[in-house]
Amino acid sequence: MNTWWSQQRAYSLILLLCATLIGATSCVKNSPTVPEEPPPPPDIVDSTPPPAPRPTPRPTPPPPEPEQPVIPEDTFVSRSLEELNRESPLEPVFYGYDSSEVDPDARAVLDSNLEILRENSNWIITIEGHCDERGTAEYNLALGERRALAAREYLIGRGLEARRVRTVSYGKEFPFDAGHDDTAWAANRRAHFVITDQ
Amino acid sequence: MTLLFRTLFFICVAGTCLLFAQAPSDPSQRETQPQQQSEVALIIGDRIGRQPTFAVPDCITTQDGDALASTGALIAEVLWDDLEFEREFRMMARDIYDSVPPARSLTDIALADWRSLGADAVLNCTVTNTGNDQIRVSARLFDTNTETSAFGVQYSGALSNARVYAHELSDEIHRHQRGLRGIARTKISFVSDRDSESVLGLVENRQTKEVYFSDYDGASVQRVTISRSLNTTPQWSPNARAIAYTSWRRGFQDIFVSHIYEGRLASPANGTDQIHNWLPAWSPDGSLMAFTSNRDGNPELYIMAADGSDVRRLTNHPGIDTSPTWSPQGHQVAFTSDRTGSPQIYVVGADGTGLRRITFESYCDRPTWSPAPYNEIAYSSRTGAGHDIKVVDLATNDVRQLTFGLGTNESPSYSPNGRHIAFMSTRGAAGTKQIWTIGRDGRGLRRLTNQGNNEMPSWSQ
Repeated sequence: MNTWWSQQRAYSLILLLCATLIGATSCVKNSPTVPEEPPPPPDIVDSTPPPAPRPTPRPTPPPPEPEQPVIPEDTFVSRSLEELNRESPLEPVFYGYDSSEVDPDARAVLDSNLEILRENSNWIITIEGHCDERGTAEYNLALGERRALAAREYLIGRGLEARRVRTVSYGKEFPFDAGHDDTAWAANRRAHFVITDQ
Repeated sequence: MTLLFRTLFFICVAGTCLLFAQAPSDPSQRETQPQQQSEVALIIGDRIGRQPTFAVPDCITTQDGDALASTGALIAEVLWDDLEFEREFRMMARDIYDSVPPARSLTDIALADWRSLGADAVLNCTVTNTGNDQIRVSARLFDTNTETSAFGVQYSGALSNARVYAHELSDEIHRHQRGLRGIARTKISFVSDRDSESVLGLVENRQTKEVYFSDYDGASVQRVTISRSLNTTPQWSPNARAIAYTSWRRGFQDIFVSHIYEGRLASPANGTDQIHNWLPAWSPDGSLMAFTSNRDGNPELYIMAADGSDVRRLTNHPGIDTSPTWSPQGHQVAFTSDRTGSPQIYVVGADGTGLRRITFESYCDRPTWSPAPYNEIAYSSRTGAGHDIKVVDLATNDVRQLTFGLGTNESPSYSPNGRHIAFMSTRGAAGTKQIWTIGRDGRGLRRLTNQGNNEMPSWSQ
């Protein structure tokens, strides 16, 4: 028992240390510097693009701009994962009751998320599947997994590398809206995108 | 088999003492005292053939000026509750015993007075301090009509195990008087947010749930996991020495096994950030585990050896297949599938053949196969806004409902003698989730937990 608890503590401690280290390195690596030269124009197909602006509207084709200012989205790169996820540019996808079908609305959101992921090609994401409270806790674990897998399959089908997309199901354990009505249930039947590595 | 079970059970209790009470003890040195009567004469009935009425006065203490009085009262209270739980005897309320003079010794008891009060049987017990926080508990069951002793037992061990002696005594009385396997020594595992903390991870405002277990009556709660993560679906191993559960401690759902008396943690299903495993269910002999996994791109059921080897796929359907439970002999698995559009209960052979649908309702989940001699499956069924606990008899397909729309009622788990079901309900208590038990006949509702939210009970063997 004691050994097991110690292992648990040690495990948590290692996790904590790792988190601190990751935090520290990203701080050092990403200390803000003003670029002397403008970054090359963003290229959607390039697999290793530099940090690029969020594509609204999509730049086609970008003319050379010697005086281009530092764009605010550049700061995504200099942020910790915690900060990134707090103001995540990746939008959630919503589902119908007891359904994991990716409908046209969901496809539009996934397409937009896909653009962002292409521009931030170092991001590894985890798609969390969530459910509303009306189903049973056990069944919802499977339903949440199906929702996350459906979103993942769509993204991979559109060309995203499989290694960059993980899934997890939280069933009905972590509702987004704590309410007990149609609005809350609709908000909770979702795939939530978390940036888990960069 | 029974002998094996009992041996394991005693090992289990010894383990509990070593690990948690830190008071090495041998709580169950039982000596059945010699009896003169024949077996038939030992069974206490009442004069007109109804359930006999039992009285359980406080255990008397044999030393003067004694601090053991509260222990004597505790043992009697716990025993009374244990006997009441099985409803084999009519239990005489303990607050009307004042008119009968207390016993002066284990055998010097006013049986005529107890008979006048209406008791057919009296359990008389003594508690003796044997030094170093050790006690000896002696008990005799008297028939007030024949004024004979039906049987007697004696336990020695740590003072801190007083509840264990009461539970053991209850099981002994049920075995002796009714040939019934008592469950007073069993445990119930569950998940709770009572010690809730923030989940370690990248998303804020999420609270942990950890695995716990308690005695069957809710006493003596022990925490099992300290993971700073979400943990759900605990399942006792058949020998009650390990608890398998689903944990998100690595960032995705995977199966973990806490060997609680050995301080060992295992993750036999070897999940990865792409392969997730959840809802473990031990086979009746403990050698196999059925579980749900996404490894083929869709939630399907798999069976592996308990050590994680020999994984094979049990179901193959584009719909969801989940929530496995084994038949008592281990030949079949019942599970939930939405292959016809809504979640329903199905049964399939452990070799994957002989699939048949069991339920035809709006939404069913969490089947739990009863132990023998009953042949039924308990499950949760949507009956309105929430769910209720129902039981389907597998011989007749008759369905009976145990709860009726108070809150939502989910996650049934059978007691090892099949006579009771533990489940989660949001009835009362400001809508919080709590563990309750109910008889398989729908009577005898009891609440076990009250701290925080508590759910997904698993009843040990």
